[in-house]
Amino acid sequence: MLMKILQKTAKNKLINTLEYKPELCINCGMCSTVCPHGVFQPGKDTAQMVRFEACMECGACQLNCSVNAIKVESGEGCANAMILAALKIRKEACCGESCCEK
Amino acid sequence: MKTEDTQTESYICDSIITSANRWDHFLARFGWRRSHHRVKPGLYKLGNPTQESLVFVSANYTLSFDVLRSSLKGIDCYILVLDTKGINVWCAAGKGTFGTDELVHRIEMTKLSEVVKHRTIILPQLGAPGVCAYEVRKRSGFKVEYGPVRALDLPKYLETRTANAEMRRVRFNLKDRLVLIPVENKAFLFIMIVVIFTGLFTQDIWKSLQIFGTLITGLVLFPILLPWIPTRDFTTKGFLLGGVAVIMIYSLPSYLMNGIVGGALVFETLINMLIMTPVVAYLALNFTGSTTFTSRTGVKREIFKYIPILAVMIISGIVLSVIRS
Repeated sequence: MLMKILQKTAKNKLINTLEYKPELCINCGMCSTVCPHGVFQPGKDTAQMVRFEACMECGACQLNCSVNAIKVESGEGCANAMILAALKIRKEACCGESCCEK
Repeated sequence: MKTEDTQTESYICDSIITSANRWDHFLARFGWRRSHHRVKPGLYKLGNPTQESLVFVSANYTLSFDVLRSSLKGIDCYILVLDTKGINVWCAAGKGTFGTDELVHRIEMTKLSEVVKHRTIILPQLGAPGVCAYEVRKRSGFKVEYGPVRALDLPKYLETRTANAEMRRVRFNLKDRLVLIPVENKAFLFIMIVVIFTGLFTQDIWKSLQIFGTLITGLVLFPILLPWIPTRDFTTKGFLLGGVAVIMIYSLPSYLMNGIVGGALVFETLINMLIMTPVVAYLALNFTGSTTFTSRTGVKREIFKYIPILAVMIISGIVLSVIRS
């Protein structure tokens, strides 16, 4: 049973880093409002995480949750910046202010 | 000491999109002086707003500002424009420039609390990754109301001040993908230089065209065909598309036009696959930065899983092609 939980957690971590603690939720509804992919939906007493795999780690839910019930590793996911960081050519995974010009 | 501590004069704007605006949007999309497409941050009047009128918040990228003001046709309101350095709402929110500090700062500078009697500001939903609503309330007294994702849905939203699920979802359909193709304009310029130099160097226009075709596969075809290419990872999608491209651009013409068959064709195809499919796969991986649904964890995983393979393939291909000649 424990093995199954550990394996599922490990597998989930490969997909995204979203963590939700319903026991902390005060049912304010902000996460359901701000999520662009419907990961959270309003529930009777607490928010429901209904689409874990759809999370793109933008961090909107974490930032707008006043009781810190949601954790996620948001940050820039620019492929080029991350490759350069991995090769140690750059210190952090960001090309600087001038990039991200979409 | 900051030079602008207050900014109480408000600007005027309207809901009309002129052909000059459209030309500006076109240039912005193609990266022409990309950081110059900005409007002045501050408070704008749309129509004849009063102390009771709604306040909407925007980024100072011309495209963001223009789509908001044109969607509010016929409505008397204020638009509070934040200094996002000419970047759109969602990207700026991710970076933090469409953020809590800038929003609170701009509210203070424009003395918004003296301009309107109410205490509500309506933000685009995609500003949420950068804005902590409860902190804005605490620091400025203004309550953040997250409107719909798309400004075009605002008239419907304003009827009830509620959004349905569809208004709160981001899509990535064909039109959305098409307008992002020119984002990689610097890569496109680089391609053209490579193509021209290849042509001049080898005196073979056909070789230039082949390289051009392969690179266009990664930059143009991939975004278009994205949802229909099998596998979940962008890199593997790129491998598949690149494989098909190599056969169509290199192998098939070699067979049809030059009659190359058997072992020679296989060897040639192998070399082209080793060199060209990683190029297309890399361009595909790069497109993750333009999509609306890839996660940082997912991109990181793809980098560590596939980049070494891409490197080995290209090196092998080059070694084999040197052996061949």
